[in-house]
Amino acid sequence: MAIKDYLRERFFPHMWCPGCGHGIVLNNMLRSIEQLGLSKNEIVMVSGIGCSSRISGYVDFHTLHTIHGRALAFATGVKLGLPELNVIVPMGDGDALAIGGNHFIHAARRNIDITAIVMNNRIYGMTGGQFSPLSGIGTMATTAPFRNIDHDFDVAELSKAAGATFVARTTTFHAKQITDIIKQAILHEGFSVVEILTQCPTYFGRKNREGSASNMMELYKKNTTPIGSQAKQENPELIERGILHEVEAPEYCNEYDKIIKAAMKGK
Amino acid sequence: MKQVLEGSHAVSEAVRLARVQVISAYPITPQTHIVEAISEQCSSGRLAARFMCVESEHSAMASVIGAASGGVRTFTATSGQGLAYMHELLHWASGARLPIVMAEVNRALAPGWNIWVDQTDSLSQRDTGWIQLYCEDGQEVLDTTLLAYRLAEEINLPVMVILDAFFLSHTYEPVDIPDQEQVDEFLPPIEAKIILDTADPFALGQMVPPGAYMEMRHDIQLAMERVPTTYQQMDGLFAELFGRSYGDVDSVLCDDADIVLVVSGTVTGTCRQALADLRSLGEKAGMLKIKMFRPFPNEPIRRALKGVSKIAVVDRNCSFGAGGIFAQEIRSALCNFETGPLVYSYIAGLGGRDITGDTLKEIYYRTKSSEMPEMHSVWIGLNQE
Repeated sequence: MAIKDYLRERFFPHMWCPGCGHGIVLNNMLRSIEQLGLSKNEIVMVSGIGCSSRISGYVDFHTLHTIHGRALAFATGVKLGLPELNVIVPMGDGDALAIGGNHFIHAARRNIDITAIVMNNRIYGMTGGQFSPLSGIGTMATTAPFRNIDHDFDVAELSKAAGATFVARTTTFHAKQITDIIKQAILHEGFSVVEILTQCPTYFGRKNREGSASNMMELYKKNTTPIGSQAKQENPELIERGILHEVEAPEYCNEYDKIIKAAMKGK
Repeated sequence: MKQVLEGSHAVSEAVRLARVQVISAYPITPQTHIVEAISEQCSSGRLAARFMCVESEHSAMASVIGAASGGVRTFTATSGQGLAYMHELLHWASGARLPIVMAEVNRALAPGWNIWVDQTDSLSQRDTGWIQLYCEDGQEVLDTTLLAYRLAEEINLPVMVILDAFFLSHTYEPVDIPDQEQVDEFLPPIEAKIILDTADPFALGQMVPPGAYMEMRHDIQLAMERVPTTYQQMDGLFAELFGRSYGDVDSVLCDDADIVLVVSGTVTGTCRQALADLRSLGEKAGMLKIKMFRPFPNEPIRRALKGVSKIAVVDRNCSFGAGGIFAQEIRSALCNFETGPLVYSYIAGLGGRDITGDTLKEIYYRTKSSEMPEMHSVWIGLNQE
């Protein structure tokens, strides 16, 4: 199937600003789905609110555009009801980790077979550039005009600690790696978290003087390194890219089926 | 001093002038401009307050409740979904008798997602024990916010200052910003009646058995019943100092009117023009603006509508299965009132659809030509299939 066939073109033009990284994520997510040979009807996409969540309108899958922060709660219901489908949840940093933080850690703890894509632009873009739980100390935002004093989460460490069984990170500069990682995340049986650093030139870039979109992507190239690289040993400040954590563990829907079987005693 | 201000900034200017001490909020369109401006005021030192950008609206109201329990003046703002998410805490704020003031920008509820004006969000919070004041323009937003603090702190109930999404929140108008000294005279520092006192510790929010709970609820009802008189006094005081007054309702040309259009929010401005047009055509039309929705101003409404034969209530909201919410409340205000008018109920302008002067005139003529109101609310301007 051609990539274009996965798009819901009547929803275009999209609402993202020029230079926004979210289109790169959309593009490469569709490539992974295409390469896996999945049909549109095998995929459910559930999103909350924010720039990232608009993806659910642009793809021609079963899509639910739900409430801010609650996408994973809705998705958990979808997956339990129809466990044979692939459930993908695109989320922003605010959506996933501020208002939806509780659902995030509990979805991870259950190890339910959902793929959460955290599109981390370190800011609330849609409402005009307020700092998020991933902005980090010292960053600037419309609600932190002098500097932010809130610490940020490390999405990968948080996911791992909460029980996610597949955790990966990459950036919009590394487009091919996005495709590769999302493919593996969808195939992984259990809760998968893919953090993608994605530029918001309109708010984060402008407030933090990171320049144009391409400049911001250059920074992703400069400030990240593949896992286990020599460069990381020499410069511990570098952010690692790749699959950071992958383990086999009982998946929630499978375990649920086992309980039903046990309770029915073979009837 | 007159300035051209965005509706949102009429709120933030009032918050600054009220010398609010703790603000907590979560961004949501179309409220965000309010807290953004307050955040800048706090950072630049123009407002000596603590500003918290928390992780949800639920947390915003919870932290404001915490701050208000410590006896300081507090503020938050929200809209639509954010208000719905706060619901549990709204009951808490009034039950705990805390004088919190919140700006609420009327926005339609999802699904389908819609960021435009619709009153169903705030009206579905009508039973939470909050005083609700609906505003017509930027000046009224600023003045009402100041008044809200006086009222909240006198009555010990929270107040919601309500403004329409975009038509008011994002529209620029000349607004007279009063002097700080004058505001200080109107609004002295808070003297909290319920306060966590380390010298005299006591327990807040504990289990209350059936033998006491009902009396606590009765107290809230009694406090609400005191609001109209207190509000009138404060509105009068405000008028003395600032030369502006709003009333709990605003009755325009109702005395000799046959048909009165009943409106709230920014539709009021449009209705003033429609009313002038209708009068120039010789129509005996009147207008009743309802500013205070909780407590509902039963007496002023009865007074204003005495001798009127028909009223047309324009609701930018709907209680599904019952109809327009203002219309329901007005029917109950007029119940047992023998000489009351026939009540026509109309629903218009949901989810940001325009209510123009022509819409209001259509409603007027429709009401005029009808002998008896229909039982249900009539939806105006629906797209035909």
